[in-house]
Amino acid sequence: MTKPITARFQLDYGDFQLAVDLSLPGSGVTVLFGHSGSGKTTLLRCIAGLQQALQGYLDINGTIWQDSERNVFLPTHKRSLGYVFQEANLFPHLTVAGNLQFGLKRIASHSKTADLQHILELLGIDHLLKRKPDQLSGGERQRVAIARALALNPEVLLMDEPLASLDFKRKQEILPFISRLHQELNIPVLYVTHSQQEVAQLADHLVILADGRALASGPLSETLSRLDVPLAQDREAASVWPVTIVEHETDYHLTRVAFAGGILSLPTVDAVIGTPLRVQIYARDVSIALEAPTATSILNVLPAIITGLADDKGGQSVVRVQVGGLALLVHITRKSALLLNLQIGMAVYVQIKGTSILN
Amino acid sequence: MLNPADLDTLLLTFKVASIATTLMLLLGTPLAWWLARTRSAWKGLINAVVALPLVLPPTVLGFYLLVLMGPAGAIGQFTSWLGLGTLPFTFAGLVVASVLYSIPFVVQPLQAAFTTIGELPLEAAATLRASPLDTFFSVVMPLAKPGFLTAAILGFTHTVGEFGVVLMIGGNIPNRTRVVSVQIYNHVEAMEYSSAHSLAGILLVFSFAVLLVLYTVLKTQPVAHQLK
Repeated sequence: MTKPITARFQLDYGDFQLAVDLSLPGSGVTVLFGHSGSGKTTLLRCIAGLQQALQGYLDINGTIWQDSERNVFLPTHKRSLGYVFQEANLFPHLTVAGNLQFGLKRIASHSKTADLQHILELLGIDHLLKRKPDQLSGGERQRVAIARALALNPEVLLMDEPLASLDFKRKQEILPFISRLHQELNIPVLYVTHSQQEVAQLADHLVILADGRALASGPLSETLSRLDVPLAQDREAASVWPVTIVEHETDYHLTRVAFAGGILSLPTVDAVIGTPLRVQIYARDVSIALEAPTATSILNVLPAIITGLADDKGGQSVVRVQVGGLALLVHITRKSALLLNLQIGMAVYVQIKGTSILN
Repeated sequence: MLNPADLDTLLLTFKVASIATTLMLLLGTPLAWWLARTRSAWKGLINAVVALPLVLPPTVLGFYLLVLMGPAGAIGQFTSWLGLGTLPFTFAGLVVASVLYSIPFVVQPLQAAFTTIGELPLEAAATLRASPLDTFFSVVMPLAKPGFLTAAILGFTHTVGEFGVVLMIGGNIPNRTRVVSVQIYNHVEAMEYSSAHSLAGILLVFSFAVLLVLYTVLKTQPVAHQLK
């Protein structure tokens, strides 16, 4: 499969070096994940042209934005992009409508613009048009900033920790909008964050950055379950499964969902049968048994094959198992791993104690 | 109360100040923009040169201008070569001297305003397809409006109040270089205290009213604060 985004950058600030070579999908949400200082924001700014890597090659859907070997560097204002900053960064001297119109007035009249009314409704800001930015809440400001970027119908939407400056409540208010964006608008999104929660909730494709390098890049489930990245060892390590609602067991307040290779029971989900969901399963909420447990209170017991084993520096082992078509991470103590004599290729049963629904 | 000669000096003063302020804004804006954004090693030197008229006695500035713009000076020879004659004791010379004398009062508020705006609005504008020049007019100018008003008002009033520089390079020629501050001095020399009172009173009321507008309506920081 050809990847519509190719980004290669090398940049040296003395105390910080960025060196990445990435092929990214041309649709869905690609999350650039890393801790502060990992280079994720620098990478995003290089893609936007706000920073210039002296050595760089950037191809967006076949348009070359930078090719240092041929001395090509398109300035930011000539790139078809939308950019959402960490703080909304609205123009304080303009109303919401003025901010939304700013970019629209400047793009060639023949280019296709987005359906602004649709975006306003999607983001729930159509009643705010006459206000100035200082009359908006933090969450409203960030939604206007997203609408302002989307209004230009860009080739790619770049988002730099758009939720980082918001409190938990405001985050929960905006996350669904961003999930809906990528379902309803066909624009690839590059999304920078250091929050594993946002990764689980939004990512289709995940790039893990550390010290200016890409440790891993691939589809979300696959990349989350890689044992060679520090994420798998993290206490918050989790697998994310795409599932579909197949049945409501109203008597038990349960909802049954299907995934590639089986069925899970979840606490009741208020959505119709057929609705796609993302289910997050923390590695610490899963245990392993060698034989099918006959008497257990745990509803979700699934057959699995061990595909990977790793020890952390403490007393913990990370086990990766394949359940049907999906990978699942399991955290157990190293002692348990030795007592059960777990080996790659073994058939086991996983018991899932808890799940959470992400959308 | 005002005789025609006094009225002429008032008109001349406002004419010099208006033209000088316009020139200072035209020259000072790009200069302040450069100073606010450059990382050049020259920045410190240029800042020092721009601030020099703040601390220099006006007679010293006037003296050097007189020498430089005179027939033997570099500027004087250049203006003569252009066929313009020499600048001392002319209206044009007075405007040039005023610009040099008052420019820090224009550049420094603008520089402070541009620095306050920072990079973020400029980056937002770039991601919304605005070229750098477009961004300056559509984002920087509106955001720096208080800075521009402060710069214009301070530049204008400071030019109205100049005395030492005018004496050195302009002399005291009616309708050409005789401004209000010089005329007040003339009246006092001639013991015409009531005429001096009228003109001095006008300047006092004018200056106070302007500063009042600056600090109440525009809520500008005091000058000493601005100049830091």
